[in-house]
Amino acid sequence: MSDAAPPSRTGRLTAAVTAFGQMGYNARHRFVRDVRYLGGVGYLVGDTLAWVVRALVFRRVKLGASALASQMVRVGVRSIPIVVLIQVFIGIILALQLAPTLEDYGSLEKVADIIGLAMFRELGPLLSAVVLSGFAGASIAAEIGAMVESEEIKALRAHALNPIRFLVVPRLLATVIMMVGLTVVADVVGVLGGLLTSWLVLDIHPWSYLDNTQVALFYRDFFTGLVKGGVFGVLIAAIACYEGLNVTGGAEGVGRATTSTVVKSIVALIATDCVFTAVFFIFKL
Amino acid sequence: MSGMRVVPEESQKFVISVRQLAKLFADQQGRPVRVLDDITFDVYPGETLVVMGGSGCGKSTLLNCLIGELRPEEGGIFYQTRVMPQPINILDAREEQLNEVRKRFGILFQSGALFNSMTVAENIALPLKEHSYVDPSIIDIVVTLKLQQVHMLPHRDKMPAQLSGGQKKRAGLARATALDPEILFYDEPSAGLDPVTSAAIDELIIDLSKKLSVTSVVVTHEMDSAFRIADRMVMLDRGRVLRIGPRGEFERIRDTAPERLADEDERLIHQFLNGKTEGPLTDAAGMSEYEKWIVTG
Ligand SMILES: Nc1ncnc2c1ncn2[C@@H]1O[C@H](COP(=O)(O)OP(=O)(O)OP(=O)(O)O)[C@@H](O)[C@H]1O
Ligand SMILES: [Mg+2]
Repeated sequence: MSDAAPPSRTGRLTAAVTAFGQMGYNARHRFVRDVRYLGGVGYLVGDTLAWVVRALVFRRVKLGASALASQMVRVGVRSIPIVVLIQVFIGIILALQLAPTLEDYGSLEKVADIIGLAMFRELGPLLSAVVLSGFAGASIAAEIGAMVESEEIKALRAHALNPIRFLVVPRLLATVIMMVGLTVVADVVGVLGGLLTSWLVLDIHPWSYLDNTQVALFYRDFFTGLVKGGVFGVLIAAIACYEGLNVTGGAEGVGRATTSTVVKSIVALIATDCVFTAVFFIFKL
Repeated sequence: MSGMRVVPEESQKFVISVRQLAKLFADQQGRPVRVLDDITFDVYPGETLVVMGGSGCGKSTLLNCLIGELRPEEGGIFYQTRVMPQPINILDAREEQLNEVRKRFGILFQSGALFNSMTVAENIALPLKEHSYVDPSIIDIVVTLKLQQVHMLPHRDKMPAQLSGGQKKRAGLARATALDPEILFYDEPSAGLDPVTSAAIDELIIDLSKKLSVTSVVVTHEMDSAFRIADRMVMLDRGRVLRIGPRGEFERIRDTAPERLADEDERLIHQFLNGKTEGPLTDAAGMSEYEKWIVTG
């Protein structure tokens, strides 16, 4: 009795069909899982908004201003120096990269326009969000994950305290507020980086640089950037809280949630940014 | 199952009534396993009910169902508290109703489950701050009182990470009693403690149930502790209620020689209570392991 029969044509066909079916099954499985994940994060955001609305409408529902303040400090303050550093570098890089091409066209002073637009519309919010997902997102996921593991979430619920209201709402609000704030900082610092490089290396006078920036930028460039920043804040906090609340399997699970938060946040941020940019493009915003 | 009666008797005065409860979990292959099956018992006002059973028999699962943390697939869990004389089934209660019930009970979790970002005093103040509308100065007095009750006053401003296991449990107990609950749940209150601390926790449980006339449900497998605190006892085995009765009945089974006990169930309880390695409990388990070994080679 030999198991290793020579592969017949029908055998190969069966194997191919099986492999194909398996692929289909895996794809469906993954699709279902992804949809469930998005649904979970979406539900979390919806629930959080419902609590915020409830707190605004009924004075009886307290959200805790002190919790919000301490979360804002924890989420935002440590990220400021990193964002400043990164944005200065990006400003320098952009100025140096753009200069040769623009000089060929004889319009070197346009460097200010391009840097301004890129910073305000795109890089300010996006890079701040990436930094924040590493800082705040990871630490929120780890913190909430550890709370799940030490039965703290269960204890909250058992004391009739809603974990969403108690933990997710202040973190999400704090992340959104700090994200908007960081975006402003990032915009200004990025333009400053471009300005310094243009002045010191490209010999463009700071006043003319600022003039050019001012002419090139409209308020809508600033505000679309802020809207992006706010939405990025929602994404980062919601993914972090969701990952944290769904931790299973001890310390290892907390580690997994932290990594997964950063990876998923960055993918979500860039995908959302793409959608935003497309929408703004279509509506000429 | 729908035809079955899952409502408690009308005239009975209970605090918790569990009716034909079943909880299913999926195993590795995704097949449902009945971790709890047809669990029915009542808890009466002011008594201390001890839930016992071997590891993995479903005690924690039962407790999680009772506190509304897990949702059983079948049956009912009725609460009847002083503020809510009408029995309500928490399995078809709305979240707000469930929260009203939750405000009437306190839980001591196995590891204390203190909020790690707050001091001991803040932990105890939290439920008071959130669920009562009293002045901060009064909250402070209540916190002091509750800490005094569990002899934790010297540690009031420490963080949970700075406490020992026994201290965490005592702080957790103070928090569980903060809102003067009618019902207290304990998950393995003496697990992992030395005999003296464990006895001290038992004293506290007895004390609280007398002083505050609370109804207590205690999950434990420390037999000394169980016999110290219990008014009645439930023995679970593989997700079913093997026996429920007053403490005296279990003492009789414990102290009678196995060959003079009435049936297999009693011999099993006898073995469990005495912590013997020989008896129906281990026979069954041992046999199946042995069979598996024979079959798989
Ligand atoms: N989330 C879960 N998913 C699948 N099975 C579970 C889950 N939780 C518990 N179980 C199973 O249910 C059974 C009962 O578990 P439970 O934790 O209630 O036991 P226990 O009586 O508290 O045991 P111990 O005394 O060791 O704490 C076990 O066989 C366990 O494997
Ligand atoms: Mg257990």
